[in-house]
Amino acid sequence: MSVFSSSASSSPVSLPLRRSSPFDPPAEYRRLREQEPVSRLAFPDGKVGWLLTRHQDVRALLADDRFSSDRQRVSSPVRRFPIRRDGPAARAGSLIGMDPPEHTRYRRMLTGYFTVRRMRELAPRIEQIVSEHLDAMERDAPPADLVPVFARPIPSLVICELLGVPYEDKATFQRCTSTLLRLDASEDEISAARDELWQYMLELVAAKRQHPDGALLGSLIQTGAGDGDLTDERLAGLGQLLLAAGHETTANMLALGTYALLGRPDQLCALRQDADLLGSAVEELLRYLTIVQFGTVRVAREDVDFAGRRIRAGETVVASLAAADRDPVQFAEPDELDLARPAAQHVAFGHGIHQCLGQQLARVEMKVGYSALFRRFPGLRLAVRPDEVPMRDDMFIYGVHRLPVAW
Amino acid sequence: MRIEVDRDRCRGAGQCALTAPELFDQSEDDGTVVVLDEQPPAALQDQARRAASLCPNSVIRLVLNPEP
Repeated sequence: MSVFSSSASSSPVSLPLRRSSPFDPPAEYRRLREQEPVSRLAFPDGKVGWLLTRHQDVRALLADDRFSSDRQRVSSPVRRFPIRRDGPAARAGSLIGMDPPEHTRYRRMLTGYFTVRRMRELAPRIEQIVSEHLDAMERDAPPADLVPVFARPIPSLVICELLGVPYEDKATFQRCTSTLLRLDASEDEISAARDELWQYMLELVAAKRQHPDGALLGSLIQTGAGDGDLTDERLAGLGQLLLAAGHETTANMLALGTYALLGRPDQLCALRQDADLLGSAVEELLRYLTIVQFGTVRVAREDVDFAGRRIRAGETVVASLAAADRDPVQFAEPDELDLARPAAQHVAFGHGIHQCLGQQLARVEMKVGYSALFRRFPGLRLAVRPDEVPMRDDMFIYGVHRLPVAW
Repeated sequence: MRIEVDRDRCRGAGQCALTAPELFDQSEDDGTVVVLDEQPPAALQDQARRAASLCPNSVIRLVLNPEP
């Protein structure tokens, strides 16, 4: 029997977690992609499902309506307890875990607020926010930790303004979101954080009903979106999801992307000399870093023949976005950071109907953020040894916990 | 080349409007695709192909050599 056929029937693997370099996904993904691209996966809750590591399979899964996003039914690839076990009221409005037609109604209600044009119109305001933070950095002497002075506040302020959430309340929602993303958080901690964020959003929505403003939540209320069935619970769920999604993701791309570029002076120099490179640079950083590090999950609604295997109804399938974005069939020399590469086919934002709603906002924030940072501080450098930068191996969204820099 | 879109499948990710802004826009209401030029000139056909391949929901279809 060959090594290959025996590995195809071997016992289930666990999700690869150990990285050997800060910018590369665990090396085990490469072996799986080459030898067993649709592999049996053992979940921490004891169930067995599947892990996909090829770009074409990941895209196919996420575009296949025989698979559901229902978070009540999927197993978590990294936790012993389910992704969601709470009641329907608390899950209302959280479109990331919905299927059509319910998902379609919510998505259609929201996409008008996140179009390419609308996000470009936000660019001047984002530039202003970025500039104010760079001014503050400049006033204080180096070194500085880039995360709290730059990477975290910028997207957090932007999403707050867009939704109509008071930024002064950041201590509450940043703490809750951070707990939700911690791998080692217990089920009790998770549900306490979720409840607190939920209560916060419910109160905010009630206040908006009294005094609606022009921001997203107030505007949904005023325009009577959702044919009047947009209850406070649904609005709160929606707001909770958008708030959490909007400030952790871009924040980590800003800091981790900066760290990656500081380690590649040749690439950074090319970016500084050619502003036209910015668009492809952002796509390449999204691909190379793919910070949704444990991928995204679906559950089979029925038995499905998929890429030569039979996936049974009820089994959870993990689509490894990070592995897909290093697939050499799709990207030549995938482990190289090449800002000039046409990388737009990456799946860092997912694929299919759930592909990131805020992706155009994230792109504008990254374009403005990276270019202003490197323009303002031509001598920006790490203020610690590279191996002293604490990586977010312990969080759902990868990145750096701190990034001490000098200039 | 003629561009056809299936707006029912569109979820407004905006990949097309980002990649080929002269050919695609998004509706103000629900962010779904609006075709600006159904018969793109040769110079924009590569962009049209890129937009079609990037669309996360395979909404864009390119019909080659349409009958007059």
